[in-house]
Order: sequence, then C-alpha cells, then structure tokens
Amino acid sequence: MEFFRIKKDIPFMSYGRYTTTISLVTFLFAVFFLATKGLNFGVDFTGGTVMEVHYAQSADLDKVRSQLGSIGLGDAQVQNFGSSKDVLIQVPLKQNKAGSKLSEQVMETLHQQDASAELRRVEFVGPQVGKDLVENGSMALLLVSLGIVGYLWLRFEWKFGLAAIIANLHDVVIILGFFAFFQWEFSLSVLAAVLAVLGYSVNESVVVFDRIRENFRKMRKTEVNVIIDNAITRTMSRTVITHACTQMMVTSMLFLGGETLHYFALALTIGILFSIYSSVLVASPLLMMFGVSREDFIKPEKAEVEEVLP
Amino acid sequence: MNRYPLWKNLLVLAALVLGFIYTLPNFYGEAPAVQVLPLRSNLKADAALLARVEDVLKAAQLNPEAMSLDATSVKARFNDTDTQIKAKDVLHAQLGDDYMVALNLLARSPQWLTSMNALPMYLGLDLRGGVHFLLQIDMKGALDKALESDSSDMRSSLREANIPYSGVTRDGSMITIKFRDADSRGKGESELKQRFSGLEFSTREEGSEFLLQAHLKQQEQIRIQESAVQQNLVTLRNRVNELGVAEPVIQQQGADRIVVQLPGVQDTARAKDILGRTATLEVRLVDDEHHYAEGGIIPFGTEVFKDRDGTPLLVKKSVILTGERINDAQPGFDSRNNEPAVHINLDAIGARKFKEATRENVGKRMAIILFEKGKGEIVTAPVIREEIGGGRVQISGKMNTEEATDTALLLRAGALAAPMEIVEERTVGPSLGADNIKRGFDSTKIGFVAISVFMVIYYLMFGGVSVLALGANLLLLVALLSMLQATLTLPGMAGIALTLGMAIDSNVLINERIREELRNGVPPQTAIHEGYEHAFATILDSNITALIVGVALFMFGSGPVKGFAVVLCLGILTSIFSAVLVSRLLVNLIYGRKARLNKVAIG
Repeated sequence: MEFFRIKKDIPFMSYGRYTTTISLVTFLFAVFFLATKGLNFGVDFTGGTVMEVHYAQSADLDKVRSQLGSIGLGDAQVQNFGSSKDVLIQVPLKQNKAGSKLSEQVMETLHQQDASAELRRVEFVGPQVGKDLVENGSMALLLVSLGIVGYLWLRFEWKFGLAAIIANLHDVVIILGFFAFFQWEFSLSVLAAVLAVLGYSVNESVVVFDRIRENFRKMRKTEVNVIIDNAITRTMSRTVITHACTQMMVTSMLFLGGETLHYFALALTIGILFSIYSSVLVASPLLMMFGVSREDFIKPEKAEVEEVLP
Repeated sequence: MNRYPLWKNLLVLAALVLGFIYTLPNFYGEAPAVQVLPLRSNLKADAALLARVEDVLKAAQLNPEAMSLDATSVKARFNDTDTQIKAKDVLHAQLGDDYMVALNLLARSPQWLTSMNALPMYLGLDLRGGVHFLLQIDMKGALDKALESDSSDMRSSLREANIPYSGVTRDGSMITIKFRDADSRGKGESELKQRFSGLEFSTREEGSEFLLQAHLKQQEQIRIQESAVQQNLVTLRNRVNELGVAEPVIQQQGADRIVVQLPGVQDTARAKDILGRTATLEVRLVDDEHHYAEGGIIPFGTEVFKDRDGTPLLVKKSVILTGERINDAQPGFDSRNNEPAVHINLDAIGARKFKEATRENVGKRMAIILFEKGKGEIVTAPVIREEIGGGRVQISGKMNTEEATDTALLLRAGALAAPMEIVEERTVGPSLGADNIKRGFDSTKIGFVAISVFMVIYYLMFGGVSVLALGANLLLLVALLSMLQATLTLPGMAGIALTLGMAIDSNVLINERIREELRNGVPPQTAIHEGYEHAFATILDSNITALIVGVALFMFGSGPVKGFAVVLCLGILTSIFSAVLVSRLLVNLIYGRKARLNKVAIG
C-alpha cells in the first residue's frame, strides 16, 4: 500500500507567501487570545487546593456547594469530574486560610451529609511553590530553545537553527493560544506536553533539513526553491505516516487515559497537527528568506569525497 | 551482503535476553506484605527474630506465602490484604513498641529473579496511592532565633567582663551594641570577637555614641541553615517511624525544603498531626539515692523513664531546664582527652539556671529527657563533674563519634526547631492509583495495537519487522526502568506511550527510504543497505533534539514532570537501539542470506 506516489515535486515554495501569511494570522490570533483571555492556570501554578471526591451515587453539586458555603468557602469551584459520581472541588489560595488543613475540614463537612464520600485525591500547593514552578517552567523552555538552536547550528548552519526554532515556537504559541481561547486548564503535565511537542516538531524540521542538505550535494546547479520543493515532497510520505502513528497513540491516551492525561493528550494533538504544517510550510520558507545557499555548508572539495558511495 | 558480524548478533541477542529477564518481575505483580523492623539499636534483624515472627504468625494461624530476612528487617508476604492486616495487628500486639510493624508490598516474583536484583518497576504515589508533602523550613525564624540568643549572650559576656555599655539592640539581621567611649568599645570588641566567632564586627560613630555592630558571617548563616534542615530531617524520620510506613522518602529538596512521601498512607490527618508535632526536652536530676527495680515502688517526687537501650532510670520530677533554653548542640571532641563529646550551648537564662543546678549537685547525675506525644525517653544521663557556668556544656565519656552525633541531633530535635510549614500536599487514594495504572496501561495497549495493524498493512513484511522492533523497544524500556528502579508516575506512563508513538518514526524513515531506493531501480539488497545507511543520520539528529528536551525537562521539572522526563530520555536511547539494530537484525535474517533477491515485501 502506498498513499503518496507523487511523480512531480509540489511547488511548495511558490506558495510560501500564502502559507507564511496564514501562519502569521493564526499566530497573531493566538497571541491575541493569550493577551486578552490569558491562560487558565491550574492549581500547580496559582496555588490553592484541589480535591477529588467520589460518591457512591450521583452527587448533588448544589448541596455540596451550600455545604462548602457553610464553612466559608462559598467561592469554591465545584464540578463533576469524569462521571456524575465524582466531584472536583477547587479552592483558590486567597480563600484558604487553613492552608494544608483545609482538606480535612471539607471532608468532615461532606461526611455529615453523606458518609459515602470518599476522598480520592488532594492537591494543595502553597504560593511559593507555584511561583517556583512558573520560574522552572520558563527556564526549561528557554534551555530547550537554546539547546535546539545550538545543536542545529552545529549540525547544519545557524539559518537552519533559527528557522526551526521560530517555526516550532510558533507551534508552542498556537497550542497556548488554544488553551487560552477554550480556557482549558494549564497544568504541569500540559507544560510537559508543550515542551515534548517542541522536541517532536523539531524532529520534523530536522528530517526536511537533512533532505535539503543532501539535495544540495546531489543536485548541483539546481535552484534553491526546486531543491527545497524536492526535499519536502520526498519526505512528505514519511511525515504523514509518522504523525498518523504518533497520533494513534495520543488519541488512545486522549480517550482512555482518564481526566489526568486528557489535557496532556489534547496539547499533544494540537502540537502534532501544527508541527506538520509549520515544519513544512513555515520553517522552509523562512530558510529561503534567510537566503540559504549551497555554499552555506558545503566546501567544494569536501563534496567530492561525499560523492563516493560504497 | 546484508549480514551482521557474529558479535553484533550476539550483542543484540544479549540485550534482548537481559531485557526480558528484567521485565519479567513486572508480570508477577506485587503481593501485600508485613515488614518488621527493630527500632532500638541493640535489637537486630536476625534469624531469631525471623523465627519469632514465624511463631507468632503460626500461633495466630496466619500462613504467609513467603518469609525473608534482609539487613534491616523481616518480611512476610501474604495472599490477600485481609490476612496482611490481621498479621500486622497480631505482630504489633506480640512484639510491642520495640519493633515497627509496617504494611508493605513485595514482589511476587520467584527467588532467583529477586536475587538477581530484578524487581518490578517502582511505582510513584499517583499509581500506588499515598501522601506527598513538601515542607518549608522557616529559615528567617532560625536565623532570628540565633541572633536573639547571641544578643542576650553578649549582654551577659560584657557584664561578666565588666565592660560598660549602654545598650544591646537587634534590628533585623544586625546587632548594635552602644558604648559611651571608644576605649570601652575597643575592649568590648576584642572580648566579643573572641567569644562570638560566627559574627562579623564593625564600628561606627553616631552623635556622641560609639557603636559596635555585628552580623552573621556568611558561613555561619549557612551552618545555621544546614543544621536547621538536618535537625528537621531527623525529627521527621523519628516521627515517620511511628506511622509504620514501609518505604518512606524523607529528603532535602533545595536549600530549605523537605519532601516527605508516605506510600500507602491514607489517613492524612493523622500523618499531618504526627509530622507537625513538636518535641520537648527537659533536663532533670537522676535520683540515685533510692534503688529502683523494675515493677518496684516509685519513691515520692520521682518518675521512671527508660533510656534508648531500654534500661529504666529513676528521675526527679522537678525540671532544671527545658529545651527552649538550648540554642545549639553539636557533636565534637573533648579538648582534654580527645574523646567524642557533645557540646551544648545554652542561652543566658538557661546558663544561669544550669550554673546553680550544677553547683549544688556535683557528683550526681542529670538526665536529659526527650518528650514526644507525652512519652519521655532519656537521651543521655551524664555525671556532673564540676560547676558549669557560661552556658557552654560538654557531655563526654563512653561515647563513640556516631553516638555523639545522634545525641546532638536528638538534643536539637527537642530544642525549639526552626518551624516548618506544609507548602504542598498531594494525596492519591489507592483506588485512584489502581485506576491510573489501568488507564495508562490501556491507552498504551490500544495505541500499540493500532500502530501495529497499520504498519503491517502499509509496509507488509517491513511493517512486521518495525512492529517487532517497537515491541523490543517497549521491552527494553520497561527493563531499564525496572533495573534503575526509577519512579514510574502517571505522566511517566504517558511518556512510555508517547515514546513508542515517536519511536515508530525511525522505522518509517527507514522503510520510506528503502522504498524510494527501490523506485529508483536499485536492486533490493542494495536498497536495504542504502535505506538503513541514509536514514541513520536523520534518526540520530532527530533523536538528539528530542534528548535535549528530555534533559531540560529533567533538570527543571519537578515531581510528575521529572518522571515523564526520565522515561522520555531512556525511551530515546532504547528506540535508537531497537529501530536501528534490532530491526536490521531481523531484516538481515529474513532477506540477508539470499544471494539473488528479486523482490522484497515492503508494499
């Protein structure tokens, strides 16, 4: 079986202007939503208490709310989590005077109404810890970006490193934009997913770049845009197959992984979709724009040696 | 032409066999167990204890599946949790307070696997259930207390040395001593410099007053902070023992935080209560005038306490000092005979009371008693040799260095510790933990099957080879995780799934490359060779960038994210190995021997 038997190279580079415009618009939208709506940071970052309570039968959320109101937690968020028997209670740090003791107070109150209430999970994060996590997260993002640019610079050329990182940070911003627009909860595991996407979509650019470099060596006297078009067309089959396979795994996690892995898998899904787009239609036009040429990384005499294949 | 040298075949085979052996324990699963640990230093976990535990269980008609003895404990494995809990109650009642009886999980794998150190993966709290606390130590409080006691000590030293001064005040981290003239300031400075080596002094004039200012030296600050952390760690360890947790994790994290992880603990309220309790310390006189035999009459005005070895001692009820008067206790050496000793530093009030008490009781013994949850234990009971003034007390004799360190730590634990606060708590119930395992496992399984079906349909024989390579990848990854006993969390399980989803990339790259070569009219054997050769550079590049991400996540991630990062990094290494070496080996076995190969099944 074969999905992609393309005889002629697809002239991707001649669409370069449109594709970069489209991604610029998506990017600006993402930035707009990030700026206006902001991310819905989870308890990991903001601090506060999250409790997951399991009832033997369907839980009456209003009753739970009024019970919480009676101990001065009227603003606590109460919602179903996964099923109607599971309740998620979120108390922001501001309201929480009891600190880590809060969960016991809440359980005591809930038990008065319904003894079947079972505490499944408690997360309490103090303000200082949240701040540290934000700092560490930003450091990780910075380090990953620098590491990737550095490696691609070493392995290819600075133009490649720069093009790849711009294309991939653009993916990251778009994922964040989605999370801002839908106000999905941004937790530690989502952050991990975002960083994993960064690494994953760099893979994508690397595969295309590898082909471009190889083509520069093989196809002499060919225009740069033809070389890039050929590289993208030749790797397209692999791009789609690989992403389809990864997405199978991620989809499986999205539906079977439970609530905890849901947003993790969601961030990965958005990231995978956009990384196909960005590595092909953003990174390569950027490379053209930076004026990549054969002389960038091939010295004539070295190329001769490379031509001798076993 | 597509053949591996023998050593390469053997290498791959050896890796797979090792992988299989170390993955094996995960299939046997874990069984509920009871662990018995001696709590006192003179009790050992030995064959006698093993026999005793066996007898107790036999008497209660509880039959363990297996029993074992290791360096620190006796373990008994049971069929179900009911028997386990019954066994725990029986053992606790029979063995008494000298032993800790904890619930635990033990691998059910056969002895030969366990003896090879092949253990199942170590599950994190979100998978096995339990409590995670992050405690923050109030360092400012610790430093404030040190400065406060220094300033009161300064007053008494100046008074003792008859140096006139008009006031000692503390403002934040600065102690200011006021003098009326430069001469007395000079004398004061040399006197204080000698006694307070941890402080740095400077002089300043303000109006008609001559000021001497002091603040803590950088290294002294670090020492105080470190000892505050150590002190809290010891206190926490002692208290966690009381909770009966089999494998607690109590670790320093960063400069001023402590992580406490208690797998399997459900009663968080009790855990918090015990962790947050403060111990108190009392110094009293030992009553040596009356003779006391165990079970005998206790004379009026005295109480009986046991020391750490269990020997009872008669102690007077009136208290000379409490732990609040102890500023610091450090292990060291006796300056006269170089024997190990404990140096205690009392504050001004404590020093005065201590001086009076020692003056009147030379030749008698005093007991230092540590109280926790209303139960006292004698830390040490030295003989008073002479009157001790100045608040510097030294306890020496019949001690080795280790005992001196322990005693100092216990004394500090009883002194007012730097306060701690819980800044993070994560509790996962056991049912949620089991659900999480099932979810993680299911999503990996379904994803794996989907990829396998697709790959075989799309690439035929080469798809099959890719699937086998992916299976080898999973095997090696699980084996590595089991071998390293890295903590597997739910994000870690997600990491396994994601690594597999990403690892297939290498095989797709190779297969596509071989197809392309075939389309260009290259003969099959050469196409296979070229395909692997060309794809390798690309595979390496793309995996190294992924590795950069993994390492950065590991360095800056905390808790669950770190687990994800570990799996990601290990998964990249195993996927390079299996995608390149294992799949090539299989292809070589299938096609490599045929001299004239006209067609390969690659779709």
